[in-house]
Amino acid sequence: MRFIARRVGFYAIAAWVAITVSFFLPRMVPGDPVAGIIANASIHGCNPYCVKALELEFGVFNHSSLLVQYLQYWGNLFHGNLGVSYFESSQPVTTLVAAYLPWTIGLLGVATVISFVLGTTIGIFLGWRRGSRLDWVVPGATFFQAIPYFFLAMVLIEVFASILKWFPPQYGYDITLTPGWSPGYLWSIVDHAMLPAFTVVLASAAGFILGMRNQMLTTMDEDFVLVARAKGLHSGRVVWYAARNAILPSVSNFSLAISLVVAGQLLVEVVFNYPGIGYLLFKAVINHDYPLVQGVFVVIVLVVLAANLIADVVYAFIDPRARQEA
Amino acid sequence: MSEMSPPALAPRTPTHSSTREAEPVLEIRGLNVDYGFGTEAVHAVVDCDLVLRRGQVLGLAGESGSGKSTLSMAAIRLLRSPGVITGGEVLFHPRPVEGDSSDPTIDLLRADEAELRRVRWSEISVVFQSALNALNPVITIGAQFDDLLKVHRPHLSSSERWDRGVELLEMVGMTGDRLRSYSHELSGGMRQRAMIAMALALEPQVMILDEPTTALDVVTQREILEELMGLRDRLGFAALFITHDLSLLVELADEIVVMYAGRLMERAPAASLFRAPRVPYTYGLLHCFPPMHGERKPMEGIPGSPPDLRALPSGCSFHPRCPWAMERCRKETPVLTRLDASGREAACWLHSGGATVPAELAMVDPGDRGPSAATRRVAR
Repeated sequence: MRFIARRVGFYAIAAWVAITVSFFLPRMVPGDPVAGIIANASIHGCNPYCVKALELEFGVFNHSSLLVQYLQYWGNLFHGNLGVSYFESSQPVTTLVAAYLPWTIGLLGVATVISFVLGTTIGIFLGWRRGSRLDWVVPGATFFQAIPYFFLAMVLIEVFASILKWFPPQYGYDITLTPGWSPGYLWSIVDHAMLPAFTVVLASAAGFILGMRNQMLTTMDEDFVLVARAKGLHSGRVVWYAARNAILPSVSNFSLAISLVVAGQLLVEVVFNYPGIGYLLFKAVINHDYPLVQGVFVVIVLVVLAANLIADVVYAFIDPRARQEA
Repeated sequence: MSEMSPPALAPRTPTHSSTREAEPVLEIRGLNVDYGFGTEAVHAVVDCDLVLRRGQVLGLAGESGSGKSTLSMAAIRLLRSPGVITGGEVLFHPRPVEGDSSDPTIDLLRADEAELRRVRWSEISVVFQSALNALNPVITIGAQFDDLLKVHRPHLSSSERWDRGVELLEMVGMTGDRLRSYSHELSGGMRQRAMIAMALALEPQVMILDEPTTALDVVTQREILEELMGLRDRLGFAALFITHDLSLLVELADEIVVMYAGRLMERAPAASLFRAPRVPYTYGLLHCFPPMHGERKPMEGIPGSPPDLRALPSGCSFHPRCPWAMERCRKETPVLTRLDASGREAACWLHSGGATVPAELAMVDPGDRGPSAATRRVAR
């Protein structure tokens, strides 16, 4: 338990650093959001009073020192107040994030779990059956790992949506249906998630396959695997002895992998116009929507840190040595 | 090479005079092992014959890379890739069953997976050099006993398996609650004890001890060896003891086989080999260890280094390092041949064809007078 408490402490500090950076960074970037709104041509003939009103509304024209702003920001954060979006009909950032986040979590969660389980299983098998005809999977996996997510997404849309018409090319559900718990609507969600999820799995599974295969190759040569064979255990059990140990580095590398997958998924969402947090971030960046960018960034950081924490807890659970070191 | 041999062990009743006639339990015949394939192949074990008799301790000695571990691992088909067995047979003779006259002998090299699994551990168990690596780090010692008993003793209930684990750990001087420990929670000596307990779990007839104490300090080494030999006397399993420490074998083994560059060089009862080596290589090995008592003498050792198996010298592989090498040694490879009535064997041209045997290799064999543990101890 002390181990987990220490990890939570560590991630709290990481979150603080990330949020602090996300506060200061936009304030150092040149550019004026109010000027942006005015130039957006949605408001014609904005006089100085109008400019002043906009500045007040968005809290841009702030004479208090950066430190005071920073403390106010933290105060707001603890109240769940991430500010108001400059665009997106001036909705609170929290509302927007709440609307977009479930799509990302759902897609990301499913895709990552599939990718990890599938990649690890294939990796175990390849490591166990070294030198078999299945080794062609290795260069194949490297190929998909080398392709950028967004490019893979575009190719898959072209092939499976435009040419073959197996899957819808974009968006998260069928917009002609009324959202609700109807089977048709739920199916449309699954149908729409298929291609983006496939993209993420295809691009990220390679990392898990290669990592697990290499680890498995090393572990198969360990003495305790030889002992397992010498003990006359069934081959399935022998592979389990090796895999159970070989998976440890895969789990501890999960932290690295998950950040890459999240980053990749954000791009995939943009390509698919998928109503997730990546798409929201994309729109926010284009519109110089600072509060939204900042809010989305904070949420992404928290999601990644939470995933890391889960990976750490799982690691402590499967490696008795990690439990003790804490 | 080992720094120092451990202090002499308590004398053990020598068994070799009786085991000489005991029936064989494991017979290795003409075993050949290569690493790699085709022309690139390295011949790690060449035409090796070994006979392990019931209840016997057979020592297998040689420098690193001489093929001793390869030989034993090949015998139970546990070679690591790219090791390939290219010839020979390994016969295992199970205990004869009352009233069953059929020959139960199994050729391990031709046995199928299921047959091998039955023989492994329940008849032939292995203790490796490093118990840290030999124990699975992520599951408890108890779970590793459990795995074993589940496969080989399926009729035992979960609590019976646990009790058996406790009993085994206590047999090697550990407390039963260690079943709950992970290997990283045990000291090196305790890990090796746990490994030995595991090797005894199914009361095998043969135990292969592959440098079981090399990784331990001399005091722990001595404790464990005493424990092991005590267990051997009580349970009566045969042991193939592999080590580079020839002086250790002299105390433990009934018979010693010396290996060099994948071939057997000399085979003799332990005392005979120690007091009166017949092969220059054995002589060199014996003079690698500083005597604990007596006058100071400069160490001789063996000049040169172990041969590269990819480019073995012609003839006898030891000839470039041999002080008595003759013309014939450079051309022809000697084979293990019986020297005299005592049954000792040597692969050396010095002992055939009228060559003059150097005085160092012609000492009186104490085996002729009937050895005792006492003479062996005095020999130190």
